[in-house]
Amino acid sequence: MAIDQYLRKRFFPHIWCAGCGHGIVLNNMLRAVDQLQINQNEMVMVSGIGCSSRISGYVDFHSLHTLHGRALAFATGVKMSQPNLTVICPMGDGDALAIGGNHFIHACRRNMDLTAIVMNNRIYGMTGGQFSPLSGTGITATTSPQKTIDREFDIISLSLASGATFVARTTAYHYKEITNYIKEALQHPGFSVVEILSQCPTHFGRRNKQGDATEMLQRYRQNTTSIGSEAKQKNPELIERGIFRQETAPEYCAEYAELINRAQQS
Amino acid sequence: MEKPKVKEHHIKRSWCKGCGICVSLCPKGVLELNEEHKAVPANASQCVGCRTCERMCPDLAIAIELEQEHETTD
Ligand SMILES: Cc1ncc(C[n+]2csc(CCOP(=O)(O)OP(=O)(O)O)c2C)c(N)n1
Ligand code: SF4
Ligand code: SF4
Ligand code: SF4
Repeated sequence: MAIDQYLRKRFFPHIWCAGCGHGIVLNNMLRAVDQLQINQNEMVMVSGIGCSSRISGYVDFHSLHTLHGRALAFATGVKMSQPNLTVICPMGDGDALAIGGNHFIHACRRNMDLTAIVMNNRIYGMTGGQFSPLSGTGITATTSPQKTIDREFDIISLSLASGATFVARTTAYHYKEITNYIKEALQHPGFSVVEILSQCPTHFGRRNKQGDATEMLQRYRQNTTSIGSEAKQKNPELIERGIFRQETAPEYCAEYAELINRAQQS
Repeated sequence: MEKPKVKEHHIKRSWCKGCGICVSLCPKGVLELNEEHKAVPANASQCVGCRTCERMCPDLAIAIELEQEHETTD
């Protein structure tokens, strides 16, 4: 298979549950790397802690499996010291936006050339199904037996407001978009955020009576639409998919190199 | 456009967890779960080579090999 060369096959079958969306993200992310023909010795994957973060163990790139919420902090260090490497940072919604929320907004603001992937299953999968800042209201979790009253973040609005220069969203159902948006993000010379709605049938699906993995995927098909579509105008509840921003701004590592240059000349 | 001819469905039995995603999403009803809950190409001749199963498998267990690919790699 085209993507076999990017896998550490000795760790398969992987630990994710049957039907977990995180595997679909891995599958189609590797196709992006393959289509761009990026040398795997020049790819670095940095992850934190969570089911989603286990992804870094399965890829035959340079990989760092770090601390919960701190993937972007470690990725920043890697990129500052080796700006020629391509750095990708897959995170869970809890990892990226609960414990890691502060790192996330500041990474967006700096505009360093990193690719952040948020694998958003709206729950803490690894620790047994506690609600996250992405669960939204009316959700049953182990920590909300009477359903959540907390409102959710909108990852897209948060990324845009914080200054990310490439921002996109899709779902585990829309596999071609996963590959295409990650390709765009990897090529973008600045901070990229790709949110991918990813099903957790084991905790989110089961507790919220959303059926099995296939039913959860069908829900992504029904509940989402392309940005600015007619369907969205008719039904504002639909979640938009697509590229929300793609623009260039001064990139942090380039600015830093420039600063060193200036200091050496003065 | 000519319909791509499928040479083989390579399914890694030990990687498949029997989630049924490929079975439900295949537009031609090609795949089934056997008694051990592993995906098998029960109606292989119906396959149109769209690769939905390959791309949607969370366990990276499926690879579709097309005739043309085989010829060009020869
Ligand atoms: C500093 C620290 N706090 C808490 C934890 C416990 N912990 C491990 S994973 C996790 C959250 C997992 O949820 P998410 O990041 O959304 O990823 P998922 O497992 O759903 O893919 C938590 C709270 C930890 N490992 N380290
Ligand atoms: S608990 Fe949820 S997120 Fe974790 S592997 Fe299972 S399905 Fe995936
Ligand atoms: S999608 Fe993959 S893991 Fe699920 S049944 Fe099909 S081959 Fe098995
Ligand atoms: S390639 Fe398409 S038609 Fe063939 S088995 Fe897979 S999903 Fe079905």
